[in-house]
Amino acid sequence: MSGNNEPVDPAGGRRGFLGVAAAALAGVLLAPGVRLIEIAQAAPGAASATAGARRGVRWGMLIDSGKCASGCTDCVTACNTENGLSGGTLPTDSQWIRKIEIKEVRTGKTQSLPMMCQHCAEPPCVDVCPTGASFKRADGIVLVDRHSCIGCRYCVMACPYQARSFVHEPLAGQKPDVPRGKGTVEGCTLCVHKVDRGEQPACVTACSDAGHGAIVFGDLNDPQSEISRRVAQYPSRQVREDLNLDTGVRYLGI
Amino acid sequence: MMAIALRPLEGRTGGYYLLLAALAGVILLGLGAVWRMEHYGHIVTGMTNQVVWGLPHVFAVFLVVAASGALNIASIASVFGQTAYKPLAPLSGLLAIALLVGGLCVLMLDLGRPDRLIVAMTHYNFKSIFAWNVILYTGFMGLVIAYLWTMLERRMNRFTPMAGMAAFLWRVALTTGTGSIFGFLVARQAFDSALLAPMFIVLSLAYGQAVFLLVLVGAARWCGRPVGPGLLQRLARLQVIFVAATFYFAVVYHLTNLYFTKHHDFERFILLDGGIYTALFWLGQVLVGMLLPLALLLHPATRHKVRSIMLSSALVILGALAQMYVTIIGGQAFPLVLFPGRQVSSSFRDGMVNAYLPSIPEWLLGLCGVAIAGLIVLVALRFLGFLPERLDDAAMDAPPAAPAHRE
Repeated sequence: MSGNNEPVDPAGGRRGFLGVAAAALAGVLLAPGVRLIEIAQAAPGAASATAGARRGVRWGMLIDSGKCASGCTDCVTACNTENGLSGGTLPTDSQWIRKIEIKEVRTGKTQSLPMMCQHCAEPPCVDVCPTGASFKRADGIVLVDRHSCIGCRYCVMACPYQARSFVHEPLAGQKPDVPRGKGTVEGCTLCVHKVDRGEQPACVTACSDAGHGAIVFGDLNDPQSEISRRVAQYPSRQVREDLNLDTGVRYLGI
Repeated sequence: MMAIALRPLEGRTGGYYLLLAALAGVILLGLGAVWRMEHYGHIVTGMTNQVVWGLPHVFAVFLVVAASGALNIASIASVFGQTAYKPLAPLSGLLAIALLVGGLCVLMLDLGRPDRLIVAMTHYNFKSIFAWNVILYTGFMGLVIAYLWTMLERRMNRFTPMAGMAAFLWRVALTTGTGSIFGFLVARQAFDSALLAPMFIVLSLAYGQAVFLLVLVGAARWCGRPVGPGLLQRLARLQVIFVAATFYFAVVYHLTNLYFTKHHDFERFILLDGGIYTALFWLGQVLVGMLLPLALLLHPATRHKVRSIMLSSALVILGALAQMYVTIIGGQAFPLVLFPGRQVSSSFRDGMVNAYLPSIPEWLLGLCGVAIAGLIVLVALRFLGFLPERLDDAAMDAPPAAPAHRE
């Protein structure tokens, strides 16, 4: 103990350091909250719902399971080719579309249909994405913004159709219209790059070119389109209809 | 009136630095695993497109849930007026922060794009509970740091009840948010239940108390300030209530699921023929995590022994990891049901139970989170005052003045 009037405060240096450290840490921790205010006042970005989409359109597909042959994978092959997917079926390979073989156990009746992102009007994947990378365009196409996707895979957990894949390894030779990358999540884009050029998704084209005609693509909001006329005429269903997600992909024969 | 001083640990520095080095080693190994995952992609792990959340998430969710529960004792002291626990409140707050940091590190390092963390902190979709959790977790750390400051800085002591209440309410919101990560998933049979949020609150009570007990008794014994039997019994009795509550929630969860015919297949999978998941549920979650700890804490032959209480805490933690594994991974292993009542097959493993085996990088990453939490606790205990100078009953029972911080 010193003999001065003022007791030496050995903890002064430590307290000072702690004070500065705490202030710095508080700043870092509070940054997200401050940023909130900025974002709330910011203009919508490029990945907003209206970029690229035509007004008033709702793209959809009608798949007739009755015309779908068990073992036929023309739609899958076309999708893989168009989007630069490997076509592999390891548990870590991306599959944007797959054929599901369904069997009714008691009667043995079998049927087959392709399953892909259903482009729901109320997509659970969009709800759960923390950064908004999973988003729905104004024309109903549900996409992943590969610039904001942090690869948390919450959308893969949330999708009722197991429609999303996670890219598990480095990629090379991606198609210029189809951005893909390691560590992000992806799924059927309804060939948005083709649709925006006025064409149809690759799976639809392949199926009709091969003469099966199981998939019809079109604007569900246009009463004159073929898909709308068929949906109005035949009893179409949605997979997991009870979830009330209002999917863009409908099926006949399920 | 006896003032309980908080003093840094001293003595036996050899063993201390050895433990510190061991933890640092585990952290380095974990970071090495992260580098490998980041470089080669998640293909080096056991995770697949069907089981996208693996062992790292098991550890991370456990750490985060335990973190909010570790604040129990501080909340009991500051919010619920049990002043006897006040000297333990700073340690409780420290543990909460350390466990949360450990859990968050694992979560962030397991991302497909951990380099995009700044995107996660600046782009928010507020319909996502994940986005809310970013704010809840970082805010919790800030709040608990402020709470600790009010406890350790004598001039701020009068703000402790307010800070304590804020931290307590925030912690309830945080744990609700964590449970809701799963509870909000309508797609999967394991999760779509409002029960998960309150269940996680109850789990946090038990897990946090177990970690707190282990750290408190362990640290106290190490530096020769053993915890008095009276205090130990009070903490053990709390643990009995918490573990019993987790048991209750497990019963309600499964009984309700068993009532729904559409969930029968899933329940059969977990309870009967799920292989590793069934084993982990009955042996890990129920036996090791709930029944054995309760037996140890209640049986007259064991309930007063310090070793039994420590063992029960360790068992609760092991059972917690088993429960997280069954919940998170079992919930993914069981296939999504797209066509109820029908047999399905596809190239994407529809209709199949999905195989998953944790890989070494995942173990290393998970343990890295635990080591980070341990390192923070060790450093704080050694160089700052978080452990009361005296933990014997005579000192703890006397109505204490505000805990003094002595260097």
